[in-house]
Amino acid sequence: MKGYSFLSLARQALGGHKGWPPAWRSPEPKKNYDVLIIGAGGHGLATAYYLAKKHSVNNIAVLDKGWLGGGNTGRNTQVTRSNYFWPQSAAFFDHSLKLYERLSHELNFNVMLSQRGVLTLAHSVHEMEGFRRWANAIKINDVDAEILTPVEVKKLVPLINLDCRFPVHGGFIQRRGGISRHDAVAWGYARAASALGVDLIQQCEVTGFNIQSGRVTGVNTTGGTIGADRISFAVAGHTSHLAKMAGFRVPVTSMQLQAMVSEPIKPCLDTMLTSSVIHMYVSQSDRGELVLGGGADVYNSYAQRGGIPLLQENVAALLELIPAFSRLRLMRQWAGTTDITPDTTPIMGLTPVQNLYISGGWGTGGYKAIPAGGETMAYTIVNDQPHLLIEDFGLERFRTGRLIDEGAASGVAH
Amino acid sequence: MLRLSCPWCGTRDELEFSYGGESHVTRPTLDSDDAQWSDYLFNKENPKGIHYEHWLHKYGCGRWFNVARDTVTHEIHAVYEMGEPKPDLAVKDY
Repeated sequence: MKGYSFLSLARQALGGHKGWPPAWRSPEPKKNYDVLIIGAGGHGLATAYYLAKKHSVNNIAVLDKGWLGGGNTGRNTQVTRSNYFWPQSAAFFDHSLKLYERLSHELNFNVMLSQRGVLTLAHSVHEMEGFRRWANAIKINDVDAEILTPVEVKKLVPLINLDCRFPVHGGFIQRRGGISRHDAVAWGYARAASALGVDLIQQCEVTGFNIQSGRVTGVNTTGGTIGADRISFAVAGHTSHLAKMAGFRVPVTSMQLQAMVSEPIKPCLDTMLTSSVIHMYVSQSDRGELVLGGGADVYNSYAQRGGIPLLQENVAALLELIPAFSRLRLMRQWAGTTDITPDTTPIMGLTPVQNLYISGGWGTGGYKAIPAGGETMAYTIVNDQPHLLIEDFGLERFRTGRLIDEGAASGVAH
Repeated sequence: MLRLSCPWCGTRDELEFSYGGESHVTRPTLDSDDAQWSDYLFNKENPKGIHYEHWLHKYGCGRWFNVARDTVTHEIHAVYEMGEPKPDLAVKDY
């Protein structure tokens, strides 16, 4: 792999940018792999990267039925934060944020992490009291959180209308939170993994598992049968579908989470603003577009498109909070299929099938977990036991009742 | 926007209804073990294809009914009353 640098950029500029090599190889699938990962999204690619980098596994493939980073990795709104309530969640997601803080350097790929802060608004006295408890819990978890008064909110977001319906009573901010570039995260991991010898195979759909006496030995795909010692799947939006192929059930409901962007405007919002009461979050991308979203459509769906009622709700909430945006046009609206668990905590670790591992149920917040998700799943696959950071995220918690009811998982109420 | 046909009020916009999740889930007996109970409580069919589900006509007659809806196309294949058996529809394979 040729490193990206200022020098390489200058050299390529002189050559009219015609000499850039492909960022990753596209090999034909081999007959057998030591580890096979299904789903070339952020989590799958990161898992492959850490397997090769930290555990020296050198015969790995990542399969995807579509294109690399084309599922929820390329559809989310890029929020990177770790303001979680429960200790297990905070430890895991803050580890992820710390990995994000070093990721551009680690991957030699600029993921454009912008720690502009994630500001969560409160709209009543009682919610403000709840936020003090939440912020204190976060601080006890050794993560940064700061309570803001309405005056401080106004200073940070001058365009905000504090006296809107459900007036703003204040909020709390995680200053280390922010946004990053989701395509760069997928491409960065793909390029770095490919350089370490990982085979990235796109347009290859898994149609079934080969399971012999309770142990997985390979998969059937649209490109033929592929054998593997260990298989992991990270297929946001299709977790139930693949679990069913492997013969077990998961506590997942697939729903559409939509997002939309406005036309680009000059910089006017330099924090990530979110509110669970009015069900809306918004940030401004580096290109100047406002990126906004809110809750998920209420019914089960795999459609990868969002309904009109939620779109109207999101836009109405934004305009009530920031009336100055009322004359902007929306440019695009889309949706991703999110796998929601009953406690909004992901499902990671072992499955009822031996040598088959799961990373799913990420709901509406898997993007921020990509580095830690990949690192801990790599450990879990190699050692056939969950990494310490994810040992409470296993499928068995639904039987034992040790749920991690994480209201902070989505940032907005669902 | 979904358009649902309430068996009592006729076709209305999705906004009048609220969603109740999977239909035809059988509660296990009281002597069931933790595995059966948690399967009943948490695990879902969540099919990519036809889903049998409850809807409530919340801002209408206030009554529950069943819908068979495709989760990929959102096409509605059947609407039937609570307590009626699952209609025999061809399985969609996506």
